[in-house]
Amino acid sequence: MDLSAINPVLLISSLMIAATPILLAALGELVVEKSGVLNLGVEGMMIVGAICGFAIAVQTGSPVLGFGGAALAGALLSLLFAFPTQILLANQVASGLALTLFGLGLSALIGKNFDGLIPPATDKLHVPVLADIPVLGPILFQHDPMVYFTLTLTAVIWAVLKYSRAGLIIRAVGENHDAAHALGYKVVRIRILAIMFGGACAGLGGAYLSLIRVPIWTEGMTAGAGWIALAIVVFGGWRPWRVLIGAYIFGGVTVLQFNLQVAGIALPVQYLAMSPYVITIVVLVIISASKSRAGGPPAALGKIFHASH
Amino acid sequence: MTENLLEINGLTKAYPGVVANDAVSFAIDKGEVHALLGENGAGKSTLVKMIYGLVRPDLGQMNLLGKRFSPPEPRAARAAGIAMVFQHFSLFEALDVAENIALGMENPPKQRELAARITKVSHAYGLPLDPHRLVGDLSAGERQRVEIIRCLLQEPKLLIMDEPTSVLTPKEVEILFQTLRRIASDGTAILYISHKLEEIRNICDSATILRHGKVVATCTPREKSARELAEMMVGCTLHEPLRQAVEFGDVVLEINDLNAPSRSQFGTALKHINMNVRAGEVLGIGGVAGNGQEELLAAISGETTGKAGTTKFMGQAIGNLGPNPRRKMGVLAAPEERLGHSAAPDMSLTENTLLTAASRQNLVKKGFVDWGKTRKFAKKIIAEFDVRTPGAHTAARALSGGNLQKFVIGREVMQNPRVLIVNQPTWGVDASAAAQIRQSLLDLANNGAAVVVISQDLDELMEISDTFCALNEGELTRPRPAKGLTVEEIGLMLGGAADLEAVNV
Repeated sequence: MDLSAINPVLLISSLMIAATPILLAALGELVVEKSGVLNLGVEGMMIVGAICGFAIAVQTGSPVLGFGGAALAGALLSLLFAFPTQILLANQVASGLALTLFGLGLSALIGKNFDGLIPPATDKLHVPVLADIPVLGPILFQHDPMVYFTLTLTAVIWAVLKYSRAGLIIRAVGENHDAAHALGYKVVRIRILAIMFGGACAGLGGAYLSLIRVPIWTEGMTAGAGWIALAIVVFGGWRPWRVLIGAYIFGGVTVLQFNLQVAGIALPVQYLAMSPYVITIVVLVIISASKSRAGGPPAALGKIFHASH
Repeated sequence: MTENLLEINGLTKAYPGVVANDAVSFAIDKGEVHALLGENGAGKSTLVKMIYGLVRPDLGQMNLLGKRFSPPEPRAARAAGIAMVFQHFSLFEALDVAENIALGMENPPKQRELAARITKVSHAYGLPLDPHRLVGDLSAGERQRVEIIRCLLQEPKLLIMDEPTSVLTPKEVEILFQTLRRIASDGTAILYISHKLEEIRNICDSATILRHGKVVATCTPREKSARELAEMMVGCTLHEPLRQAVEFGDVVLEINDLNAPSRSQFGTALKHINMNVRAGEVLGIGGVAGNGQEELLAAISGETTGKAGTTKFMGQAIGNLGPNPRRKMGVLAAPEERLGHSAAPDMSLTENTLLTAASRQNLVKKGFVDWGKTRKFAKKIIAEFDVRTPGAHTAARALSGGNLQKFVIGREVMQNPRVLIVNQPTWGVDASAAAQIRQSLLDLANNGAAVVVISQDLDELMEISDTFCALNEGELTRPRPAKGLTVEEIGLMLGGAADLEAVNV
């Protein structure tokens, strides 16, 4: 085994790339769950975003349009979850699972004609001056715009939830929908908007996989990333920065185990392949073990809201 | 200065199968405290919801300060100057006081500014509040303060209060009343909904009485006795619970130095509880919820087990037994939380009957449920306790609070217990149903059972208890004969409410 083949700078910079799709999906789901809805369809929305983004980017030659289309596709698909759960009061767990299965099938169908194609490349942002700093430059300042967009999104979601009135209303709806309704807030409307936001984020995450990270379309390419995003939201205690840590740990271990495989470590590949999942969850469980009240799940999470008057 | 603030004309609202409000008309003046009286289901809540914009009337109209008023949603009602304190607190436990208050305002200022205003206004009205505490950590009285301050910050013209005193100690009620009088003297009208007639006589200038959705009377409550008011509400003569003078028998339930940990984050651990209840005795335990009431009930029912000797039934140590063996012996309990603790909300009344009556009524044979017998017993409870429901197959959730309460108390009483402990037996139940429940508890004691009643309603405890003690911070005071206890003495026993400031009017 030759550990010197692993370049730490490259390792850390590719960690940020590996984490981005999961972080995007997890941030969207975080907002959804903060509004009191449990959408297990993240995986389905991600992969539909992946193929739609891929298809649009290939057809138009523009990755930007690809990402836009992916977000739109994710948001539209999420309505398939929003309508039964918010209007018809269907069970959220079953509807979410159905959405995942549907998304996997739909993406395979759309993707039939796109196997083996190469998407247009997304330019890397080369931040002037900063990108030329040795070590730090390649790690932090030579990525594609989506990496920075996602980091900004984390900060924005954190600030909106913590400081803005809109964030307060979302949290209130997720905490006690009856009380929010009694105060005159439109619970169903707020939740549908949150679900659509979650869908758009998941779609972006999927498109990031097929347009930048891999970049190619293969059936079932999300490979459980949506489920990891869900787990990260829970173990991250519904806090944006902890979700970021979780996604980066997952991305880091994923990249590290690839490198270890290449370096020829004397461990069966299967163990290495499962390590990101195990390590991420263990670390987040340890972080969230010190339970404070504010770190609990939204009190109305997964509960069906029925206006009684 | 009197001037009509809100005028209600012929307001009608029908739901499938029931007319909740039938041509209701009355008027509220500026600065007036107006009571809305009526039994459960008389249509008070529907009426209030129409004023607050949560429900739209089918017919009729409202005028606010002479202008047509028909709020399409609560936001519009709030903008017009209507504020409401809800019966079931509409608060968010995981959010802090300032955030909760901001949610109830149309145009809240910045959080820091709001926090300063909360501190100022809450002290001005004698209801001190720390804007940064989580609401989940507050007592019931403090939570209500949050609601009231939330309303006052909007400088409302009309403040609606739905059963505001049901969870308060006498001291807290006194402070609330001083605050309300002060609000009214500033020109704000108050619409006050309550079951408690003495309170209404104490604070309200006029009263509108609803029965079956219709206005049956309007009066000045100070000129009527509580009994007259109650009879107007019910529409017939009320029977006060009858207590036969009985000699107490031997000690049936004995608690020796009982300690038990808190059952929830907001509960209180029990510390060195000692008590004896004799056959035929009704022991009333007063105190504000959250001072160990739930824990005490759980320790007696067997939900919490401990050392065998801490709890004795007829001299036999049962402290280490779970609920089922205790039920078999005749130690029964009816906890406070109706949906979820006393009854499984989505199960039918028959199934709920089985859940507590299985062993004592022999409803299970060789592992199989005797549904016929269970249904019969459930029907018997429904008939005997006048539970208004389509039948025993109805889900517990579908019953109104008062009816379900009659059912869960009835279910235990009909099993002929030797010891019965109940927590808040008449919470949210109207006057006639409450009288019925109290009578059934007294009958039980007359027949030689030992009855423990935990309640926050002191009038209720004084009415039915033989012996009174108070539970405060998990400690039980020495029991005293209930007869002859004055309100001051009880207040001293309850001890609490020390952190409240009275308003200097």
